[in-house]
Amino acid sequence: MMWFNIAKAQSFMPTQGTEIAKQVDNLYGFLLITSFIACVLVIGGMIYFVWKYRRKTPNDKTAYISHNTFLEFLWSFIPLVIFLAVFVWGWYIYHNMRAMPKNALEINVLGKQWAWEVEYKNGYKTVNEVVVPIGQDVKILLTSSDVIHSFFVPSFRIKQDAVPGRYTALWFRAEKLGDFHIFCTEYCGTSHSGMIGKLKVVSREDFDRYLEQGQEERNLPLAKKGEKLFAVKACASCHSVDSPAVKVGPSLFQKFGHEEEMDNGEKLKFDENYIRESILEPNKHIVKGFPKGVMPTFQGQLNENELSALVEYIKELK
Amino acid sequence: MATKSAHHGDNYINFEKGLWSWLTTVDHKRIGLMYMISVMFFFFVGGVMALLLRLELFAPNATANVGQVLKNGDVYNQVLTYHGAIMVFMVIVPGIPAILGNFFLPLHLGAKDVAFPKINLLSWYCFMAGAALAILTFFFNKIDTGWTFYTPYSIRTGTATVLMVLGAFVMGMSSVLTGLNFIVTVHKLRAPGMTMHRMPLFVWALYSTAILQMLATPVLAITLLLLAAEKLFGVGIFDPALGGDPVLFQHFFWFYSHPAVYIMIIPAMGVVSELITTFSRKVIFGYTAIAYSSLGIAAVSFFVWGHHMFVSGQSETAGILFSFITMLVGVPTAIKMFNWVATLYKGSISFDSPMLFALGFLFLFAIGGVTGIMLATLPIDVHFHDTYFVVAHFHYVMVGGTLMALMGGFYYWFPKMFGKMFNENLARLSFVFIFIGFNVTFFPQFILGAMGMPRRYFDYIPAYETLNKVSTVGSWLILTGFLFGLYAIVQGIRKGPKASMNPWNSKTLEWQTSSPPPHDNFAVEPIVTAGPYEYR
Ligand code: HEM
Ligand SMILES: [Cu+2]
Repeated sequence: MMWFNIAKAQSFMPTQGTEIAKQVDNLYGFLLITSFIACVLVIGGMIYFVWKYRRKTPNDKTAYISHNTFLEFLWSFIPLVIFLAVFVWGWYIYHNMRAMPKNALEINVLGKQWAWEVEYKNGYKTVNEVVVPIGQDVKILLTSSDVIHSFFVPSFRIKQDAVPGRYTALWFRAEKLGDFHIFCTEYCGTSHSGMIGKLKVVSREDFDRYLEQGQEERNLPLAKKGEKLFAVKACASCHSVDSPAVKVGPSLFQKFGHEEEMDNGEKLKFDENYIRESILEPNKHIVKGFPKGVMPTFQGQLNENELSALVEYIKELK
Repeated sequence: MATKSAHHGDNYINFEKGLWSWLTTVDHKRIGLMYMISVMFFFFVGGVMALLLRLELFAPNATANVGQVLKNGDVYNQVLTYHGAIMVFMVIVPGIPAILGNFFLPLHLGAKDVAFPKINLLSWYCFMAGAALAILTFFFNKIDTGWTFYTPYSIRTGTATVLMVLGAFVMGMSSVLTGLNFIVTVHKLRAPGMTMHRMPLFVWALYSTAILQMLATPVLAITLLLLAAEKLFGVGIFDPALGGDPVLFQHFFWFYSHPAVYIMIIPAMGVVSELITTFSRKVIFGYTAIAYSSLGIAAVSFFVWGHHMFVSGQSETAGILFSFITMLVGVPTAIKMFNWVATLYKGSISFDSPMLFALGFLFLFAIGGVTGIMLATLPIDVHFHDTYFVVAHFHYVMVGGTLMALMGGFYYWFPKMFGKMFNENLARLSFVFIFIGFNVTFFPQFILGAMGMPRRYFDYIPAYETLNKVSTVGSWLILTGFLFGLYAIVQGIRKGPKASMNPWNSKTLEWQTSSPPPHDNFAVEPIVTAGPYEYR
């Protein structure tokens, strides 16, 4: 069976992240080859005939062949057999896809315009990022809070709609470490094409650590969470938090609620929105005396919850 | 028999003069031409939108200045919706039956007109009114639901959806009226000696389509009314927030729209059957098989709608059943393909432009067909559903299939319709550009789909860039092809040399009257004594 796989399927399909993906590609490879043969027969036959029997004189004699029962039976029967074989083969794989394994690790995913909200059993929540251990059955329980979305991981060959008002599910067992795309494939409005998530397959240990960390973080008060993030995201390397002393960037000590002068002379209030903006679009306003383009943007690296935590932490730097 | 009086000319075009005589005509030939002009206009509008969509997709938005023609996702989604809705409801569904069917069905049967000429005119007005309603929405509150109007998105977004849906409803009425008219015409107005089994295959195709139109379209109409009611009064059928079921809408929608796919393709198959026999000068292979397989496909097409919903949350068993039945529809379709190819065997084949389009149809429809089997296969569809693979597949079937046949048929019957010949070289050039451009545009989309690019995407990850670029360049080739074609048509009508009665030496009845035909089609009522393709 492997040769089908090598034959063609792999050259178009994304990496095979699961066993099911291999099965799907085998069937797809088979279909590609039979389809190719069918097209060669039909299109090739057509081209051969039109060339061989092209009109030579204005009054060519043509054969009078109205039908041929044997041939017609044959070319109904052969496709029928092929189609039914493909159907049964497909049925087998589809059943594997749909039969939910017992003892799977369950993760809840909520689709909403325009992000995937992920929640683990221990209550840890993330956005647009699903982390799973390698080699374990994972069941994703889907629903939606607004319109229909569809959860699609090309590398795993799985897809399932997330329908508001009901649960649907899919499962997979990841066989490859790494990051894979999650797309939304049910049209859901303005940012449908921006609704892209990441599925991270990690080792068992990393996964446990990830969940633990998440668990801890969840129990921390908001400001503490922010403090940790401030360190993890390396904000501390450029901003001081305990003295007005300036590092590469301005100090954040006791800044909240005051005014900050920008390099264009404008004065801005150092409030929640200012902090948020400075994290997401650091070069929009530059504090007087600092060079532009030093701080990188954290757009896409922090979710809303993390942003609030950072804001809360910076607020409390008294 | 109408006698030609002094102010009544010798053909249907100069029979009466003035715009008003056209707008009030009950002549099926004139109505056919009116449909032709309207559909060509809608095709132009839908085509410009397609070019815009492709231009937007030329590069991902991260690349500065290119790939940003449509400003933002909302605008893209609107253009996408109008492109899809216009092409489906105003071009491909009415296309062949309304233009070529109206013009040639009575001629093929040896009749003077359709059974209900006034209803025929009414159906054109319905079509125009529906189209006007739909297009009106564009000017005050653009809709962005996609042509499928899936709930609950369609309930939540803008208000113009109601008007749009109403437009589709009225156009649906037009479709039902045409279907009704055709069925009665076939049963009641055949010339003496024209048995059902002596009807040209194009008539068989129109007849099967008409049955589908009559049975399926009301389902769409009801679904759309329910959607409007849901939106206006919140009755709670489809909206989960009110306890409704959004997937129910999909069931209703596809219960119409799957048969509608055959409403789009069966007439094309009819046209292709005519073209292949005429330009091979040979009796068609397996007349009965082709005639009855149209009916067979029409019947089975009512039971496969669930193959659009393999991942929607419908049960596993339902998925399996729908996949099975879909495989069965594959068989009559395959039979037709083999029959056409067999017809070429030992024929005398000429490469006039209508035949090129017919051969193009066979080529593209073969690819559309085999990819259809892939999509019917459950686990493969799970991966391909709602990706560009599907976009490629339906363009191969609808554009590569139906549109190719429509154009082939149009060039074929052009001399009869206008009494003039078009410039053959221009028409061939047009074919070459469209055919190559089509493959350059849509073949890469199969690969994009396999790679995982979802459809209805306004922007994409960089991995998909190269193939999207190729695809966009292809759309410019198609455009070039259509411009050549348009020029050929306009030149032909204005300055073409006079056409003879039967320039292709065809056997069917419409060629036994003058070009263009007189007001009541035949100077003497024809009497039929043999099948339609007796090339000996
Ligand atoms: C010049 C030829 C054409 C080009 C370049 C073109 C291009 C496109 C593109 C880029 C899309 C958007 C796909 C997506 O984002 O998922 C699309 C969708 C579509 N096209 Fe075309 N198209 C062409 C002709 C046609 C024709 C003749 C039809 C007639 C049936 C048609 C029917 C559709 C439909 C039904 C959709 C789906 C709309 C939706 O998803 O809501 N197209 N086309
Ligand atoms: Cu979505």
